[in-house]
Amino acid sequence: MSVDLASVLTQLLVGLSRSMILFIVSAGMSFILGVLRVPNVAHGSLYMIGAFSAFSVYNYFGGGSTGFWLALLLAPFLVALVGFVAERALFCHLYQREHLMLLLFTFALMLILGDLVKIVWGPEYSSIMPPGGLKGSISIFGSAFPKYNLFLLVVGPLVAVFLWLFTNRTKVGKICRAAAVDREMVGALGINVSWIFAAAFVLGCYLAGIAGALVAPTVSITLGMDHDIIIEAFLIVTIGGLGNMWGALVGSLIFGITQALGVLFWPQFAIVFPYAAVVIVLLLRPRGLLKSVW
Amino acid sequence: MGGIKGRLALVGLVILLFLLPSVLPRFYTYIIALIFVTALLAMSLNITVGYGGMFQFHHGVFYGVSAYTVALIITKTKLPAWVAFCAGPVAAAIAGLLIGGFCVRLTQLYFGMLQISLGSLLWAIVFRWYSLTGGDDGIHGIPMPDILSSLKNAYYFILIVLIVCLYLLYRIVNSPFGRTLQAIRDNPGRCEAVGVNVRRHQLAAIVIATFFAGVAGVLFVVLEGSVFPDLLFWVLSLEVFIMCLLGGWFTFAGPIVGAAIIVSLRTFVGMYTEYWTLILGAILILLIFFLPEGVMGFLMEKFAPRLKAHVVEERSRAQG
Repeated sequence: MSVDLASVLTQLLVGLSRSMILFIVSAGMSFILGVLRVPNVAHGSLYMIGAFSAFSVYNYFGGGSTGFWLALLLAPFLVALVGFVAERALFCHLYQREHLMLLLFTFALMLILGDLVKIVWGPEYSSIMPPGGLKGSISIFGSAFPKYNLFLLVVGPLVAVFLWLFTNRTKVGKICRAAAVDREMVGALGINVSWIFAAAFVLGCYLAGIAGALVAPTVSITLGMDHDIIIEAFLIVTIGGLGNMWGALVGSLIFGITQALGVLFWPQFAIVFPYAAVVIVLLLRPRGLLKSVW
Repeated sequence: MGGIKGRLALVGLVILLFLLPSVLPRFYTYIIALIFVTALLAMSLNITVGYGGMFQFHHGVFYGVSAYTVALIITKTKLPAWVAFCAGPVAAAIAGLLIGGFCVRLTQLYFGMLQISLGSLLWAIVFRWYSLTGGDDGIHGIPMPDILSSLKNAYYFILIVLIVCLYLLYRIVNSPFGRTLQAIRDNPGRCEAVGVNVRRHQLAAIVIATFFAGVAGVLFVVLEGSVFPDLLFWVLSLEVFIMCLLGGWFTFAGPIVGAAIIVSLRTFVGMYTEYWTLILGAILILLIFFLPEGVMGFLMEKFAPRLKAHVVEERSRAQG
């Protein structure tokens, strides 16, 4: 098989844009993991809800560019609302309980949300179109590259910058970081830790929603998209260092790029490559590449 | 399980289980056999989760490895099926030794995460290697030896293997090794200090657990006659984990109860509505809020408060 430089570079760009989606999902999961110390198994379901509600909003406003931009704006808020309700109604009563029970709760939430999506949207495949300016593809290195993927390459770093600004420049963000390191101390300072947890959980859900809405035009929106993303996000968070946002970015890049290169060199086993990369990283650095907040 | 009464009840239960297939319709016999298989899988997981205190997040992989080993030996080689049945658990235990060997270097969540990634690697290979494993179609219509081809005989085979395995598991958790394992769960630091090789014990527990998961995998093939990559997918692993928590992971028989509840829920709720996972999720949430010790923990509190106090003590020690 002949692999020329141009196709490698194009494939790298494809991998990078996939990494951006993975980053936004895993950054949300990592944030929840860092502050609440719970691996949120329901995160994939929230991502799926993001994609489905983007589809609904898109159709409600009659599709086209307006539909897309409004979907991108509103769908994450819907997801955040779902997260907020679940957190305040049920999850917040469990913080005193042992760790495995919290994990079990998020699993139960995943089961319930998965079926709710089936009830609300049905098992059919759905899809939406990117807005006018982002349709079609442009030529890079002599091969066609979808414009929408370039858009993703811009949005990913933007999200990273906003997250950084939030955790380092706002009071709530700083308290969240403090709660991730030492929650007792934060409580002792007279801060309502329960609401900080709620804020962190909702922010994580919001990120899952953004990722769901962003991915909607590139894939067919279907039940089961939660199962695939959740395991990838888990692994990315682990190799990056639990709770470390930049770790999530590094992990996503490793995951997305190895997958893209796998497609190029050995398509049949493309999905094996990122898992193998994860295993290698974990064998060399068992606690992740960057420092964990734990 | 002490006392003459308890023993009599146990013998009565076994006799009852042997009589069941003559009375029950075919479908129910099948469901009960499926519960047996799943129960053995959950019991084997509980060696590491309940007794070892390890986050064995991807136990399903070993079940799947064994099932695939059996399926491949029967369909691709001329060896007799009984050889395949013996090879399955051994293959699972070898996989357990390899994966566990890396995992025991870590603790808690990192242990679980590394196991998920190593397990997913195996899943991805099975899922994609069409020429060998049939990819996402799996392998169907695996021929069984004549004696196991009827459902009734398969049921008896599964029941006998289950009883032998449960006896062995019971002996293992109550042996000095089992006690040491529980001590490691409750306080690894102190065990290390008194000269127990913590990692080696944990690895041994993983190998034992994966061996029995392999036995469950063999029984699955005997019952179903087919294998598919979902056996190695993380969703199944988490479901088995839930069975342990649901039944009560601090009791010996808890995982059996958990397996029975989940398999029957899926079968019987699934008959009336396609939204059975919604109902399972709702039940789980109720359970987390109202029965945190699992079903067995609750029953023990009702009927044997003295035993329960002992379990609670173990629990608080394990958390401390």
